[in-house]
Amino acid sequence: MERIPILKMGDFLLVTIQVDMHDRLAMTLQDDLTERISRTGAHGVLIDISSLEIVDSFIGRMLANIAGMARVLDAATVVVGMQPAVAITLVELGLELPGVRTALDVDKGMRVLRHALGRPTPQEADAGAEG
Amino acid sequence: MPALKDEMLPIRADSDIVLVRQAARSWSIDAGFSLVEQTKMVTAASELARNTLVYGGGGTVRLEALEENGRRGLRLTFEDRGPGIPDLELALRDGFSTGTGLGLGLSGSRRLVNEFSIESQRGEGTRVVIARWR
Amino acid sequence: MEGTKIPEVIERHQTALLDDWMKQQLAASTLRSDLLPSAELREQSREFLELLRQASRQAGSTDVAAPAWQPLRDMLTRVSRSRGEQGFSPSETATFVFSFKQPLFSRLAEAYGGDAKGLAWDTWLATAILDQLGLFTTEVHQKAREAVIMRQQQEMLELSTPVVKVWDGVLALPLIGTLDSARTQVVMESLLQRIVETGAEVAIIDITGVATVDTLVAQHLIKTITAARLMGADCIVSGIRPQIAATIVHLGVDLTGVVTKASLADALTHALQRVGVSVNGRPARA
Repeated sequence: MERIPILKMGDFLLVTIQVDMHDRLAMTLQDDLTERISRTGAHGVLIDISSLEIVDSFIGRMLANIAGMARVLDAATVVVGMQPAVAITLVELGLELPGVRTALDVDKGMRVLRHALGRPTPQEADAGAEG
Repeated sequence: MPALKDEMLPIRADSDIVLVRQAARSWSIDAGFSLVEQTKMVTAASELARNTLVYGGGGTVRLEALEENGRRGLRLTFEDRGPGIPDLELALRDGFSTGTGLGLGLSGSRRLVNEFSIESQRGEGTRVVIARWR
Repeated sequence: MEGTKIPEVIERHQTALLDDWMKQQLAASTLRSDLLPSAELREQSREFLELLRQASRQAGSTDVAAPAWQPLRDMLTRVSRSRGEQGFSPSETATFVFSFKQPLFSRLAEAYGGDAKGLAWDTWLATAILDQLGLFTTEVHQKAREAVIMRQQQEMLELSTPVVKVWDGVLALPLIGTLDSARTQVVMESLLQRIVETGAEVAIIDITGVATVDTLVAQHLIKTITAARLMGADCIVSGIRPQIAATIVHLGVDLTGVVTKASLADALTHALQRVGVSVNGRPARA
């Protein structure tokens, strides 16, 4: 069966969604991710959606669900790379994904995760915590 | 108003929703829509195709390329022979849902297009027509 | 068109009419040989004459909106558009049609000889037709101009919303003038696009120079801020003047969750701290 690969980096899990997902694939990803978090004890999940051309309410719900379940399993989630046209459409659709952390790209997303877990990089520790 | 061209696609399975999205994208590009306009139309198409499949038990979508007074547009008509929607007003309210999704399918897609109409007969089916203009 | 000699006069004297008309156009003070070479003018005149001949033979009335006049109207649309682009004034374009009156009337007078009544009638018919066609070119000209203005407005709209990078990771969008719904939408899209291009995590929307804000504009701003958050960037709104603050509260617009600062300087301080740059001293409050 078709699956979206999940990479592990330290205690973070990385997912890059590059296909126009049909609904079942999205459900499978949700299940796979929660299963992997609990099995590996990962503390952060980064989902890169920069290749996604649309996010409808189904995918939106999947992202919110993953963030919610990860939180229960003691992991922080960040969604990175949402395209402007996708963001404008999501807002118009009425989906604001409250409770989901976001970042512009993978690098910044990793920083957000480290912050969320209370372990900023030395450079950031010097500059002071975020306001 | 007669359509410049039209095409009918079936909505019977998950994978058909993906095909509807792809068709809506290429027809939106043909209509000269900007990237944001394309994205809104494709997202609305995705929502309504899923409604047709999940609540209507499957059906069809007709795509029509339009032109009026030099403006180009795209119209999509979703039809199913499902159980129909008992309370349309309620179904169009934000947050209302009887199935998966976030209850934004109908109300949300209405905000993504310029024209939106819905007809539903109990036990006979539902028909949703949306259109967007350049 | 019963009892008219117009079609047959044009047919019999087509070449002579063209020569007369050309001679007159080339001698006229309105000639724009700087814009239009005489060979091209001759070709346009020839085509006009030929289509006028066909149309006047087929047409049932002097109403140039009728289908029989379609080819002639199409030709004039083309001529009028291209002249508009070449820089002709609307009256110069209309004169092209009106100037055909004199050569045509002379030939009609010749054809009628002493029949004053017949001549008067045909002169009236010819005048009715040529006047309508002349006005038609003016109308096309005007429409073409409107399209140009629309395009320029769109371009100005884009020019009037500059998104400036003020620091690594910080964008500023100083808005000036009247914000309407269309302009706010353009602002929204260009700001979000710049956020992606520059990787800026903070954007300051400064509305010091904005006269008024209505509900729709406020909603567009909030949507922009929400969309930016979905992409992973924060927005700060600065320079909200007291009247606008009152309007926002009065309209019941919910700004909860939106960071607002009194001045652009305050917003910048906040933004720099947010991206990890330390700032010494607070800006003086005006």
